Parts: sequence; structure tokens; C-alpha cells
Amino acid sequence: MAPAYHNYGAWGEPARLWLESRASIDYPGCAVPILHALANPARFLKLARPLTPLCFWCGVVLALIGCWAGLTRTPPDYLQGDTVRILYIHVPAAWLGMAGWGGLAVASFAYLVWRHPLAAIAARAMAVPGALFAALCLVTGSIWGRPTWGTWWQWDGRLTSMLLLFFVYIAYIALARADADRGGDGRIPAVFGIAGTVLLPVIRYSVVWWHTLHQGQSIGLTGSTIAPSMLWPLWFTLSGFTLFFAAIVLMRMRAALGLQKAEARMRRMAAA
Amino acid sequence: MKPKHQRFVLAGLALLAIFGASALALSALRDEAAFFYAPADIVGHLPDPNRSVRLGGMVKQGSVERQGDGVTIRFVVTDGKASVPVRFTGVTPDLFREGSGVVAEGHFRADGGFTADTLLAKHDERYMPPQMAGKMHKTESLKP
Repeated sequence: MAPAYHNYGAWGEPARLWLESRASIDYPGCAVPILHALANPARFLKLARPLTPLCFWCGVVLALIGCWAGLTRTPPDYLQGDTVRILYIHVPAAWLGMAGWGGLAVASFAYLVWRHPLAAIAARAMAVPGALFAALCLVTGSIWGRPTWGTWWQWDGRLTSMLLLFFVYIAYIALARADADRGGDGRIPAVFGIAGTVLLPVIRYSVVWWHTLHQGQSIGLTGSTIAPSMLWPLWFTLSGFTLFFAAIVLMRMRAALGLQKAEARMRRMAAA
Repeated sequence: MKPKHQRFVLAGLALLAIFGASALALSALRDEAAFFYAPADIVGHLPDPNRSVRLGGMVKQGSVERQGDGVTIRFVVTDGKASVPVRFTGVTPDLFREGSGVVAEGHFRADGGFTADTLLAKHDERYMPPQMAGKMHKTESLKP
């Protein structure tokens, strides 16, 4: 007999597991208590419902304040002039492109170890916005590179590794889809999600360990080499875009769960 | 050991191996992944003059001189340890300045100098308003 979970669409097996888990909501021995609490899908949905608009609107407002301040309230750079203002978009995009994969890897890890279906759904929900922000980082970087470096693109260590991360996102999305289509349980994309983490340190340290055209990092643990008068709007756009990202992920997770519920009901009706 | 714990240890080990692999790749690719040669890298073993390479470093203060034809410039690229004289004919990027970073694409000549076909400006990770830069950084463009 063909696997029945074909009916669960792109989310496949994890959704079936989730539906079954609704009958007996109990995940014993989850290492972290808060993960354990969130592991309950009903509790997750109850929390996600008010959290989605909160993250979305706070994110939009903070990002708009940051963009406005970055465009009008900060001095131009001594060397680059007004061109430098693109960093208020470029830096958050780069951060979310990388943090998105970090989150995807953590969720994949949780799914592999605790087999929690919600973790697989979270990993898939992060892939598309992560890929979008990685693309935004590449595009804004290219636009910034033309007037400053004098080139749209060079195969330098930082640029190439970031482009690879974008391709890895695309591969993950395709793989997760293919896995769901042939009724897989989501383990293969989860392994891929963990393996892709290899790129994160490469991107991070490419400018430190290799000769690159891209400048070194401006913001580290010990401080920043951006003048304070130019730095402050960046915190607004960073936190704003991050909240926006979280809102998209929550929306996608809720949509996936809702879709499964609807499809399961249709299946039950058809069977009756 | 429960299967869950086994999986935790296994996935944890896999993650460690991945970070180890990434560290190895970073250090092993150091030469291959380098975007340019710094002057100190090529002391004693000049790359083949027929090969297209990139040379990167700082434009030495006071070294830029414009030739009579108006489009050819000569300057010295240095990394603090060694330096290479460079000749370039063409339009320089806006951010090309003395004391600032540069990456030149071209080839070495037999005499140890470098002929550039393209110049890319490389800036550093510091951003500040002009008042703050003040005398610390000369921001004037090249005089014709």
C-alpha cells in the first residue's frame, strides 16, 4: 500500500506524527524544561497566536525607525560618504541569513535527538526566510561593492562562502520537499541541516583567516569599530528584522500545522 | 543508555566533527582561498610573469605619482613588511587613496614590479564621521 501520509502535503511525516501526538501529549525526558513545555503543540499554538502579530508589528516599527534614522539622523562616513548607509540593511540581512541557518540546525538537531515533530516543522519554516535574507545580503553587498570597491562581484572568500550558504538553503528546501513527497520522516533534511552548519564558521572567519576583498568584522564581542554616532540605528534594524524573521517563522509554522489539521479532517471525512 | 541519549551523543559528535572539518578547511585553504598576494607573500618567489594574479595591500603614503599622459599612475603597495611598485593605466575607483587599501589585478614583471589592469579599492572595518576622522585620516582625493 502506498504511504498514506502523501495526503499531508509538503510537511509529510512530521505532521502525521504531530497529529498522533495530540492524542497523548507527553514527551518524557526532554533535556531542557522550556523545550519540553513548548514541545506540546497545543501549548505552542496558544503561545504563537498572540506572539505572531506582536513580533511582526514590533519588528516593522523598529526596522522602520532604524532605516529612517540610518538615512537621515547619522553622519556620512569619512571615506565612503552616504554609500555607507546601506549597512543598516546589509548587516541585519547577513546576520539573519546566518542566524537562520543556525536556528535551522538547532531545530534539526532537536528533531534528530528527541524526534519531536514540531522541531522538524520549525526547521522547514526557517529555510525560506533564511534564504531570502541571505539573498538580500548578497544583493545589498553587491550594490555596496560597486561604488566602494569598484566591482559588483568578486570570488573572494567572504562573498563566495555566503553565496554557497544561499545555495545550501535552496538545496535544503528542495530536499525537504522531496523527502516529504516520498513519505520520508524528515530525518534526511535534518541531517543536511546539521551538515550545512560547516559553512557558518567559514563565513564568520573568512575575513580573519584569509586575504579577502571584504573588510574585517566591525562588531565583535569586545566592541565595535563603527563610530557610536553611526552605530545606534543598526541596533534598531538588527532587532527589528530579527523580530520580523521570527514573525514569519511563526506564521509559517502555524500555517503548516493548520494545513495538516484541515487535510486530516478531509481524510477522516473521506474515510467515513 | 536509552536510544535518545545515544542519538544525542551521536548528533553531538557529528556536530563536533563538522566544526573540526570547517576549521581544517579554513586553515588548509589558506593559500588557495586567498584573494590576493600580499607583498610579503611573494618575497623571494615571484609568481610567473605570464600568470594573472592579484596583489593587495596599502597604498604607501606619498607614493602616488601621475604620469604625463594623465591616465597612468605609479604607486607603491606595502603590507608593512615588504612593498611592490605598481603601474596602472586607467580610471581608479573613488576610494583609491594613499594610506588606504587596494587590490590590483595584473601580472608581475621580470624586474619585480607589478603592472595592473584593474584596481579595486579595499576599505577597512572602521566607519566614522569626517569630523572624527579629522587629521587621523587624510581624505583628500588625488591631486591631478
